Amino acid sequence: MLIRIPRRSEPKPSEITPKAVYEDRRRFLRTAAVAGAGAAFPALWWSGPAVAGRKLPGVRHNAQYSTDEEWTDYDDVTSYNNFYELGTGKDDPKRNARRLKTRPWSIAVEGECEKPGVYDLEDFIQPYALEERVYRLRCVEAWSMVIPWVGFELRRVLERARPTSRAKFVAFESVYDPKHLPGQKRRILDWPYREGLRIDEAMHPLTILAVGLYGEVLPNQNGAPLRLVVPWKYGFKSAKSIVRIRFTETQPPTAWNTASPHEYGFYSNVNPAVDHPRWSQKKERRIGEFFKRRTLPFNGYAEEVAHLYAGMDLRKYY
Amino acid sequence: MLRTVTDRWLRFVGKPVVFVAALVPLASIGLDAWNDALGANPIEAITHRTGDWALRFLLLTLAVSPLRRITGWSGVMRLRRMLGLYAFFYATLHGLTWLVLDQFFDWEAIAEDILKRPYITVGVTAWLLLIPLAVTSTRGMMRRLGRNWVRLHRLVYGIAVLGVLHFWWLVKADVSEPAVYALILSALLGYRVLVNRRRRAASLTAAA
Repeated sequence: MLIRIPRRSEPKPSEITPKAVYEDRRRFLRTAAVAGAGAAFPALWWSGPAVAGRKLPGVRHNAQYSTDEEWTDYDDVTSYNNFYELGTGKDDPKRNARRLKTRPWSIAVEGECEKPGVYDLEDFIQPYALEERVYRLRCVEAWSMVIPWVGFELRRVLERARPTSRAKFVAFESVYDPKHLPGQKRRILDWPYREGLRIDEAMHPLTILAVGLYGEVLPNQNGAPLRLVVPWKYGFKSAKSIVRIRFTETQPPTAWNTASPHEYGFYSNVNPAVDHPRWSQKKERRIGEFFKRRTLPFNGYAEEVAHLYAGMDLRKYY
Repeated sequence: MLRTVTDRWLRFVGKPVVFVAALVPLASIGLDAWNDALGANPIEAITHRTGDWALRFLLLTLAVSPLRRITGWSGVMRLRRMLGLYAFFYATLHGLTWLVLDQFFDWEAIAEDILKRPYITVGVTAWLLLIPLAVTSTRGMMRRLGRNWVRLHRLVYGIAVLGVLHFWWLVKADVSEPAVYALILSALLGYRVLVNRRRRAASLTAAA
């Protein structure tokens, strides 16, 4: 007899939230407001902040890699953001969202690979089937969310570029537009924002490039039009508004690590056993909940990713 | 005659107005909480807003005597105690928000925070130092302590410095907001240094 033990991150069929349930009142009101504004100002509707909020067609829910936990409210996911290019306050990114121009947008794939290239956003995304992945997001500031992302596995993109044997890391570079982005007018961080992964982390099936959330085109404040999502690492590792993906032989410099190396490591795997110097990482507040909950190693994805770090001292490589 | 009019005005209009106005930030937090308008992380919002107001009242308190010196209006001194007590009031709300709403009496986590996180260490120290000042703020205490009262209440300068440091050390990268508080505090403290130096010079000349 075959006994199959479901993984913790796997939902029971009964637990997948029906669409009607998550389309709650606030969402309805928002849609109504947008539609109303659209009717009143047709020009604004068409030239508005690109396409954020538009329904994405043909999205398939990936149950294998999705958590069954309750989704964080859409309004919270899109109004409480760390996206310093649009301002350092949590509500700044939403307020300044239209400063980010997501069209035209091109993405360069370069470095240690056989097929580098520069792609227009639509061409870049076109080859891949869109999947919904419901992931936990754990911020280094000890709060967390559950977000239904829409995207595709990063490894599909990397395989297509055919990395050479020298490609040991993948570096990501975010948008640089100090003329429009209020946060880039000052050197809060060493712009543009840079992130990086070891190649095996980048090739892991949990690592995705997201183009949407809640079944819709990614709102600008969440890193439109294309962002990284690495669910077992602190949120800042998931670079937003990506314009460049580069294969490198050596570990690439990353924004927060450069700003404060003893506080933010290159790996930055979620780890309750290693405190941030200024706050504990043992617990987290799930947005929408009152009591804090215990933080899980690798943000609950240990079963999937712990083997990547076998034999490594995670206190040293924090 | 004029003096009594001002006194009366302060007592029956000025002070009550300031007393009520100082409660507006609290009312505004309460209203936002009631309307579910505190954002995605309400506990963080309450923590930040009570902390902001504790610092603001602390700076307002420190602005009183320079204001008197500059304007020559001594009546303003009678608002000082109230402003100082409001600083203590908001600092206490700030601390309670952390203890109750944020940590929910997780004493182990609280102790660890105080010992291991420098910004919390200085924050808690500042609040503890405010306690004796609040307790001795009454007229009776002032009389009883005499010269020592003045000495004790000089603690407020150190408390304000700790308060700004607490804010400075908690931000991740953008220190522009704590920098504004630091600037105002430096101006208020710098003014006192200047006045003291001038006074000493004057007394030296007088002695000679």
